[in-house]
Amino acid sequence: MISSRFSKLLSWAYLIALYGFIFLPVVVLVLFSFQDGRLPVPPFNGATLKWYGEVFADTRLMSALGNSLMVAIASSTIACVLGFCAAYGLARFILPASRLQRGLLVAPMTVSYLIIALGLLSTFNWLGVSLSLWTVAIGHVVINLPLCFAIIYASMGDHQKNIERAARDLGAAEWQVMTQISAPMLMPSILAAFFLSVTFSWDEFIISFLLSRFDVTLPVEIWSMLRSGLNPKTNAIGSIVFLVSVALLLILELSIFRRTAKK
Amino acid sequence: MTAPVSIRNATKIFGDFTALRDVSLEIEAGEFIVLLGPSGCGKTTLLSLLGGFLSPSSGTVEINGQDMGHVPPSKRPTTTMFQDYALFPHMSLRDNVAFGLKMRKIGKAERHAKAEDLLDMVGLKSSADKKPHELSGGQRQRVALARALAVEPDVLLLDEPLGALDLKLRRQMQDELKAIQKRVGTTFVHVTHDQEEAMAIADRIVVMNAGNIEDVGRPEDIYMRPKTLFSASFMGEVNFIPGTLGNCHDGIVDIETVLGAVSLPETALRDENLTKGAKVTLAIRPEHFRASTGTGPRITFGKAKVTDGSFFGTHHRAHLEPVDAPDIILTAHMPQSAVIEAGAWIDLTIDPASVVVLAGHPDTTKTEDAA
Repeated sequence: MISSRFSKLLSWAYLIALYGFIFLPVVVLVLFSFQDGRLPVPPFNGATLKWYGEVFADTRLMSALGNSLMVAIASSTIACVLGFCAAYGLARFILPASRLQRGLLVAPMTVSYLIIALGLLSTFNWLGVSLSLWTVAIGHVVINLPLCFAIIYASMGDHQKNIERAARDLGAAEWQVMTQISAPMLMPSILAAFFLSVTFSWDEFIISFLLSRFDVTLPVEIWSMLRSGLNPKTNAIGSIVFLVSVALLLILELSIFRRTAKK
Repeated sequence: MTAPVSIRNATKIFGDFTALRDVSLEIEAGEFIVLLGPSGCGKTTLLSLLGGFLSPSSGTVEINGQDMGHVPPSKRPTTTMFQDYALFPHMSLRDNVAFGLKMRKIGKAERHAKAEDLLDMVGLKSSADKKPHELSGGQRQRVALARALAVEPDVLLLDEPLGALDLKLRRQMQDELKAIQKRVGTTFVHVTHDQEEAMAIADRIVVMNAGNIEDVGRPEDIYMRPKTLFSASFMGEVNFIPGTLGNCHDGIVDIETVLGAVSLPETALRDENLTKGAKVTLAIRPEHFRASTGTGPRITFGKAKVTDGSFFGTHHRAHLEPVDAPDIILTAHMPQSAVIEAGAWIDLTIDPASVVVLAGHPDTTKTEDAA
């Protein structure tokens, strides 16, 4: 009896510790973004929206936010298209050394972002490509493509193969099968890959930092703000970044995973 | 739209497995052909050769007199109705049926009108806006048929389309398939392993076994006058009585069987090359045993003991042990009104016209199968 109550207590303690560990930093971040004072550290002096006002008035922050969105959407779209094509090719046709090719496609997942960024940096230098948001986007395609490929490839089954065969039998050319049958059928996993890519690109720092020059993404801009010390304003922009990630996750959950679960 | 199909000496080899062995078959325009056989007999391979999903290792396929050698599925005048229906899950029924027409660049209004006509034909007009997952198995099957017919193929290929349906629905769909085929006039090539389904729908049945065509003919011919032991046993229950061919005179053949000597009309022989002394087998359907009294020609195989019997509604099914060869167990269908008593003795009487004489002995065919 006592031991059962004790173990119940323990499991509750564990649960609280676990969620505290995961969410306490975020709670602190969001809480002190409302800090009525100059420093985002305890004690909490009272709530104000002043810092949010400052964030939205800061044109550099706002343009960095816009840049981040552009880079995230563009790189994720490209990664999804390339990932889908690669998955379709490898799942539907007998290609030479297909196992090796699959391995090569997902290999970049195991390489650290720093190494990828350094490699791209020297490649761009060698090719004479000047750094811009484009080079950042290319870097994000490199890190997101393996993810998109893996997610989409995993969802391509033999059942869909027969459906594609039916489409071909009814006169569809290969590109029509891909765009009108396979892609719509695989849309849940393509969208999942897209939104995951967007979140990864959205808060990626090292590649964005090393491969950008004048126009920067939000994480890089926040980093340069932090160099001048902690400030509730950084908490405010951090909270906004967090909010966007949560929103994306909710969209993902509500629109895609729920729909797949229903089927 | 309809067209004749001609398959000449088609062979298909997968690695060291021969799926089809030198198969030739002529199909007339507008015919309902059923390819019948156990799994692995090559019937689906033959269908895939017609649809263009496989190409023959050797031999040719002609549709409407044109060689289909290098024509991909999308360019062939054929469409396939797949076993799992393969409907497009993200499209409405209307768009599913209209898909082939869309690929043929037919305008939206026209193709939608056509799709609705076809959905009407299969009784699903009011569901045109539904998605496939909202339908039952039988309804999906109808949509698959409408979709395959929408492009007006010359030849419709059906790959065990009724396999996933329950028995009652299957019988109903067989009738519908047959009626629709008569209406549209398209050549249907239908694959199944269910001999009742084959007999119910086919104009002609092609019985296949181990990559070969065993028998081709009208359902009545295949059932009552099968050409081979395999064909006879695959088409339904049959009794095999092994024997040896004797003299042939005045249109009568003498056969020495384990149940005694019998004389049969020469027409009972299904292989003209058989000569005296050849191993033969008499094939007798269970329903062909007759009462020993009555009119008409009769032959008898002596007496037999009833070992057991069970009532099947339309008949009694009884197992019999012939007195001359107790190791052979015969199956006979007796009239509904008959009284079946285990241990009773009856005469094995039969109309000679219903007996078929086939080449070989049943056991030897079995060993061939195993090899």
